[in-house]
Amino acid sequence: MVQLNLPANSKVEKGQYYKDKTGSKNIRKINIYRWDPSKNENPRLDTYEVDMDNCSSKVLDVLNKIKNEIDPSIAYRRSCAHGVCGSCAMNMNGKNGLACTKSHSELDGDIDIYPLPHLKVLKDLIGDLSTLYKQYESVEPWLKTSKVNDKENIQSKNDRAKLDGLYECIMCACCSTSCPSYWWNGEKYLGPAVLLQAYRWIIDSRDEDRKERLKKVADELKLYRCHTILNCTNACPKGLNPAKAIAEIKKMLATA
Amino acid sequence: MSAYKIIDHEYDVVVLGAGGSGLRAAVGLSEAGLKTACVSKVFPTRSHTSAAQGGISAALGNMGEDDWRWHMYDTVKGADWLGDQDSIEYLCKEAPAAVLELEKYGVPFSRTEEGKIYQRPFGGMTKNYGNETVQRTCAAADRTGHAILHTLYGQALKHNTEFFIEYFALDLIMKDGACKGIIAWNLNDGTIHRFRSHTTIIATGGYGKVYYSATSAHTCTGDGNAMALRAGLPLQDMEFVQFHPTGIYGHGTLISEGVRGEGGYLVNSKGERFMERYAPKAKDLASRDVVSRSIAVEINEGRGIGKEQDHVHLHIDHLDPKVIDERLPGISEASKLFANVDVTKEPIPVVPTVHYNMGGIPTNYKAEVLTLNGSEKTVPGLMAIGEAACVSVHGANRLGSNSLIDLVVFGRAAAKRAAELVKPGMKHDEIDKNETDRCLDRFDKLRNSEGSNPTSELRLSMQKTMQSKCAVFRTEKTLKEGVDEIRKPYDGMDSLSVKDKSLIFNTDLVETLEFDNLIRQAITTMDSAYHRKESRGAHAREDFPKRDDENYMQHTLSWCNGSKTKINYRPVHRSTLTNDVQYFPPQERVY
Repeated sequence: MVQLNLPANSKVEKGQYYKDKTGSKNIRKINIYRWDPSKNENPRLDTYEVDMDNCSSKVLDVLNKIKNEIDPSIAYRRSCAHGVCGSCAMNMNGKNGLACTKSHSELDGDIDIYPLPHLKVLKDLIGDLSTLYKQYESVEPWLKTSKVNDKENIQSKNDRAKLDGLYECIMCACCSTSCPSYWWNGEKYLGPAVLLQAYRWIIDSRDEDRKERLKKVADELKLYRCHTILNCTNACPKGLNPAKAIAEIKKMLATA
Repeated sequence: MSAYKIIDHEYDVVVLGAGGSGLRAAVGLSEAGLKTACVSKVFPTRSHTSAAQGGISAALGNMGEDDWRWHMYDTVKGADWLGDQDSIEYLCKEAPAAVLELEKYGVPFSRTEEGKIYQRPFGGMTKNYGNETVQRTCAAADRTGHAILHTLYGQALKHNTEFFIEYFALDLIMKDGACKGIIAWNLNDGTIHRFRSHTTIIATGGYGKVYYSATSAHTCTGDGNAMALRAGLPLQDMEFVQFHPTGIYGHGTLISEGVRGEGGYLVNSKGERFMERYAPKAKDLASRDVVSRSIAVEINEGRGIGKEQDHVHLHIDHLDPKVIDERLPGISEASKLFANVDVTKEPIPVVPTVHYNMGGIPTNYKAEVLTLNGSEKTVPGLMAIGEAACVSVHGANRLGSNSLIDLVVFGRAAAKRAAELVKPGMKHDEIDKNETDRCLDRFDKLRNSEGSNPTSELRLSMQKTMQSKCAVFRTEKTLKEGVDEIRKPYDGMDSLSVKDKSLIFNTDLVETLEFDNLIRQAITTMDSAYHRKESRGAHAREDFPKRDDENYMQHTLSWCNGSKTKINYRPVHRSTLTNDVQYFPPQERVY
């Protein structure tokens, strides 16, 4: 039988242990994936004991506390801190989410924090999203209209409502990086985040390029690698439903 | 100094920042055929424009009669007569076309029954020169900034704008008083990049993070403002810091003014709708400085809510849940997440929270950067737009929904002006090696800091000082203390500690560079506030409670070299741009 092994340099090793120095009685262990591209070392899992009596409610607050008070070298993206910019997407206790909206009280036991799965890691919790961004560009995310007058397009309330649940996407990539199909075919399959965005323009009543847009995604690899696993919808921190958007595209193609 | 690998680029124009204004400028520049680079420390859609909620103002008149002159009057009054009326005329006149252009780009605006862009009431926005409330603020539910930012990024992609993403800008390259480009650090691979350009457009946003509690993102560190200071240029009106009346108590998350626009109201511990006392006409929709001060007075006089009596309540539980669902879904979500409140049943605990910087890099209405050299002069090769700029259209206090319109109107204006000044493919000047060395010396010195003060501690000390000494109400005493105290974290940099020495995604060093940027702005803010001995807009001096038009109808200019500042003033422009509208002379400001 074939033996499958990970390359030796990808094995996650046990890292440093940072013991609490505050004397707190309410300690929680936070395990964080660390990898520094400038050192020729394997990734490791560092453990930090954190005083939870003096820590705000979200996982991002825990990370900031560690960075500010224990170890400034830890690298992660963060910006708005309230779930609108999509920077701090990561994997917490096995599930993708935004660190700034995830309450640590909802997580059991020690907290394990990893980068989003199946991305090339740039450093610590920072993953490389450049492929996803290129795929986003490929769906031409702009309105195509031949109208050149200086009046607004008229759009009925009903037609505008069709964009709800789509335009709110913050491109955090929690969905795409939770999708096994995207893990296997990430270069070719567009994945749930980008397909949701594609559908957002397909269904916009103001857009005049619907047919072309549909034709462009109607591809064995780009679209039909979705096997309705539904991890995407389960992962979305904004409560959106990328699986449904993909199903709508498939339906439009089947009934066209 | 360590040897750094430097990669050179030549562009007609470099835009620094990829939020609403930077992207709008980049789109215009690409359309004009100029070779444009857009450099940003975050991926464009992560920019803080995404957090703007309530809407974008423009006198479209979709929901009743409106006129851009009324919008102009409201803005002048909101600014407490510190705004330049030529620039304000330009903003309000260009606003309707700018919003229609956004709609054409694809922004998913909410709609009226007739399918037009939906507009809601907002603080200080009135009909017929202050007479009654008008619906002028165009909204995409309560996610207007997000919708605009993503749409503008799409437009930039359509126009093949060249992006340099996750590049941290270090300094401007100056030569004989003109800007020749920028130097930036690529976080992805650790290389240093030198961008030569005929025009550099700073669009780096505000610096809310000098305060402890702010609605601003972690990344709102005013990097461009600090670069201007290091280049020997002044910042303008830095004492004018807007406190948004409704940040979620304890967390600081923004709760849009659109909530009050849709009928929400504030109450104190006695259950009183106290805004009726402070602003009998506009009530909860008075301008932000007025509402924030009113809340602060209620709290100071013991009518605050909670164990510490340190906040008030914002009610929308009387509204139809369907309206909340359609127009305010984002704030329902935020209230649940950060205050554990179901807005259909309970009030939201709120407190005035630092939100916006009226001050910034002084510019004219064409976005060209100004300095004072005997008289008012432009700085060749340099422009500024968005929150980083001080045009000044917001004067002493910005009206809600006037910032998003500022982004697109002046983003467009900057592109237009740059296209007049720069022809594609013009030859670049030689630049002095000293400029690069000076920039990299600072970088290298900070990177190799081996002292004992972690950046996070110095930052915290700066934030606490700003929060306690330069808040909603100010006095000679608090400001004098502030002027001294704010220099301590600056001096603390003499023994700075930076643990991570690497060059790829070294966020320890990024935060240190950001702190170095923040502290210079904190110092200029504190010193500017100390020197303005009057009350105007967001700058409320308890010891000088009246506006003093005789001495202070002037913009503060502050230069900063190390921790030393120089303060000077330039007169507010007292004329309009054209004869389409008359100058609005100063009046008493009541809402």
